[in-house]
Amino acid sequence: MAYPYTHEKEVRLLSRGWGDPASRTLEGWKALGGYEGLRKAVEMSRDEVIGVVKDAGLRGRGGAGFPAGVKWSFMPKEKKGPHYLCCNADESEPGTFKDREIMRWTPHQMIEGCLIAAYAIQAEHVYIYCRGEFFETNEIVGRAVEEAYEAGLAGKDILGSGVDIDVTVHVGAGAYICGEETGLMNSLEGRRGLPRVKPPFPAASGLFGKPTTINNVETLSAVPHIVVNGAEWYRQWGTEKSPGTKLFCVSGHVKRPGNYELPLGFPLKELIHGVCGGLREGRKLKAVVPGGSSVPFLNAAECETCSLSYEGVVEAGSMLGCASVMVMDDSTNIVKQVRRTVDFFSHESCGQCTPCREGTTWLARILKRIETGRGTEEDLETLLDLGDQMTGTTICVLSDSAAAPVRSSIEKFRDDYLALIRRGEKVGAA
Amino acid sequence: MAENSQTPESVTLTIDGRAVTVPKGTTILQAAEALGNRIPHYCYHPGLSAPAQCRLCLVEVEGAPKLQPSCITEVQDGQVVLTESEEATRQRTGVLEFYLANHPLDCPICDQSGECKLQDYVHAEGRKHGRSREPKRVFGRDDFGGDILFYGDRCVMCTRCVRFMNEMAQDPRLTVVERGNRSIIDTFFEEGVEGSPYAGNIVDICPVGALVSKDFLHKARAWDLDHKPTICPNCSQGCNIDLHVRDNRVQRLKPRANLEVNQYWMCDYGRHRYEWMNRDDRIESPVVNRSGQPVPSDWSEALEALHGRLEEGVRPVKAVASPFASNEDLAALRHLVDALGGGEIVYRLPRADREIPLPGFPRLSRRRDLAPNGRGAEILGMERVGDDEGAGGLDELAHYTGTLVVLGDELADLEADFGQQAALYIYVGSHPSPAASQADYLLPATTFAEQEGTFTNHEGRVQRFWPGLQAPGLARPAWLVLGALAARMEGGGVPTSAAEAFVQAAELAPEFQGLTYESIGTRGAIINEPVALPGA
Repeated sequence: MAYPYTHEKEVRLLSRGWGDPASRTLEGWKALGGYEGLRKAVEMSRDEVIGVVKDAGLRGRGGAGFPAGVKWSFMPKEKKGPHYLCCNADESEPGTFKDREIMRWTPHQMIEGCLIAAYAIQAEHVYIYCRGEFFETNEIVGRAVEEAYEAGLAGKDILGSGVDIDVTVHVGAGAYICGEETGLMNSLEGRRGLPRVKPPFPAASGLFGKPTTINNVETLSAVPHIVVNGAEWYRQWGTEKSPGTKLFCVSGHVKRPGNYELPLGFPLKELIHGVCGGLREGRKLKAVVPGGSSVPFLNAAECETCSLSYEGVVEAGSMLGCASVMVMDDSTNIVKQVRRTVDFFSHESCGQCTPCREGTTWLARILKRIETGRGTEEDLETLLDLGDQMTGTTICVLSDSAAAPVRSSIEKFRDDYLALIRRGEKVGAA
Repeated sequence: MAENSQTPESVTLTIDGRAVTVPKGTTILQAAEALGNRIPHYCYHPGLSAPAQCRLCLVEVEGAPKLQPSCITEVQDGQVVLTESEEATRQRTGVLEFYLANHPLDCPICDQSGECKLQDYVHAEGRKHGRSREPKRVFGRDDFGGDILFYGDRCVMCTRCVRFMNEMAQDPRLTVVERGNRSIIDTFFEEGVEGSPYAGNIVDICPVGALVSKDFLHKARAWDLDHKPTICPNCSQGCNIDLHVRDNRVQRLKPRANLEVNQYWMCDYGRHRYEWMNRDDRIESPVVNRSGQPVPSDWSEALEALHGRLEEGVRPVKAVASPFASNEDLAALRHLVDALGGGEIVYRLPRADREIPLPGFPRLSRRRDLAPNGRGAEILGMERVGDDEGAGGLDELAHYTGTLVVLGDELADLEADFGQQAALYIYVGSHPSPAASQADYLLPATTFAEQEGTFTNHEGRVQRFWPGLQAPGLARPAWLVLGALAARMEGGGVPTSAAEAFVQAAELAPEFQGLTYESIGTRGAIINEPVALPGA
């Protein structure tokens, strides 16, 4: 296939059909076995659908890794009012570009997953919240939803089952924080995209104050395959705690960056040196951010043994997050990289909570000072302390996310900081 | 049902080692307050929703994985809360440092200085030295319209003002614009909060000097102000307020919490009508008019002479009262008139064409009656005359030939010949006017701001007020002057305090019976509704 890069080690489950424009259409998706999952699901009981997803051990692909079936089971069994399903397609974590590809190439895969999930949690309405900047993608998704309606797969009485499920595509306006689940719901309701205090959790009071489940695009896209083939089949890949396949978005200093679908538990070392073709000539690995910009850095030694499963990456000292692997070789200025990351979070903080609103900007300013040779060793202590104040003290975890790379980079690459500080002292930069 | 479902379930928990029992549903912050432990907070305000965003009120709850926002965390039975633990203290110190990172520290020129929660909290628990070396963010100053100025740099982004306008005023004129560190409170349109009738409250609830009053701007330092509890005299709602006084002048009015009358709020109409309390044109000593020659006198001489005139038996009596006078003053007038053989008492009351309710708490409204005690006058059997401007209605009295007593009404719309045909014209009041100054006996009275007393508000709530200003010259409360005269006429006792004067008022009106200053307290008490006994 022509999709930018593929590799023989890949298990192409979700990425099947990528690179082929035909798979965007309903016909194309059906040719790949599409909508068999939905057909099968509506013949099952809701609990059976939840059960198979639970048994498959499918974990949330948006970053938190919470088991999807368990999440669904939090929804009230007895329906007293509307239930909603939100599909989080506001993919905006720096380094992440997997949901976009699912929506670009196989939008029906996501829609089918949405419909099955909606059926399982008795939701009559699915809101697909798309990132505003994905112009081409959003058009493709919109067209696919129309096709689904025309084919009787969405809307009234889907597939003659008597179940009604509407699907609305909502395009965001460009705020990272609207990808936070409750910020997303506020945004959908027409409010400022401010994350909500939890509890209450969405399953009790979510969108418009009604029981709501929110899942990531990749999570939902895995659902049809699980429903068709069963839990045991899905568990043939991955580890006990992290079953299945995962899309890895590899960027940075490798020869072949891109999306690779691999079984969870795949060795990071092999991903970099094997699947992605290794580093540029003459360069050595310096650091890897394995799960998007919110997670701690891994240094070269930690990468040696790191297994890319939820538990494996935690063991190595970071988090799998949404599996956005950013590879940095020894030409990287770590301080600059951290400063840019923190700048991003400072720009995207919603501004509700004081530690985040003030802290992200403060961190960014100190980092900029260090980067330009005007830092002191004391600044490092301040950075660590501010990071502590920003961790676990706010409504959502954006603040924690900004602090994590700062802390881990100072712990693992302190010499890089000190070199910039010493150089500044020597040159006497103002 | 065996159990009384009305009894609220109570919960017992421990806060900093002290046990406290509170009703179920209480928050940790409220429970701590019940113990006298005020947990620092900005975004929480008891009259508004709680977004839990300032992160200052976080406390340690045993068993919880991280610090909990005390403003929204409900108490649980057996809960152990630590507000002073190392972690909780460290959190507050940290958050305060974040606030200071961009705060301009312009306390010397900030109106809030001295009553600023940022000053207070930092003084108590802030770091000794700030660590920020970075340039500060600058927003500058913005005119929010009406009486309100906004200093963005001082703002702590608690959003109380936005929530007040949304939830209480239900007039959403403010919002947060931008996000992150660039967030700032702003208005939607150029006029800002101009014309929104309760907007002044956002200045009161702003915990720092971000929202300030133009009227009060640079007028006084907070620590120079005495806070004198009283009742707003500008309509019949009877909002509980404080006079903020410096150099014997009222500098501003601020609401005082009374959950049943005005919660934490007051209207701008009332707030901005205090200048008259500072008027310098006052009747300062008793004046006796003898054939057109006003002669300043003192109290014993004037009252002695007046008593002689009254003894002569000039009758019948008619009187004009004022709905700005206290229950005690009005009752003393009624007492005197009764002692002189009885007679009609009228009062004039300015009245607005509409009420202005606070939508989020409609029990609070700028009432149509623009005086504090029309209800008191009514209870004491007085009759309202005149128009909605509080003028007119006295044409007949102007040329009355019997004994005429005026209490409080300034008679500003009347000519100097008022009362000139009266056999005896007694004027008891605070401010001179052509119609008043010709009285045979011009007796200086204190204003409500200079005396103790009670008003009866529109719903029949009797509320106490306390003196806030020194009375000028020989001015005395009207209840004392009129009470002394009545006592002389009838041989009863002279009230020696406002409380005693109220006891005398209660003897005149069954509505007040059983009420005492003690039972009225600081929250007020509802009058007895007249009860018609069956068959009576």
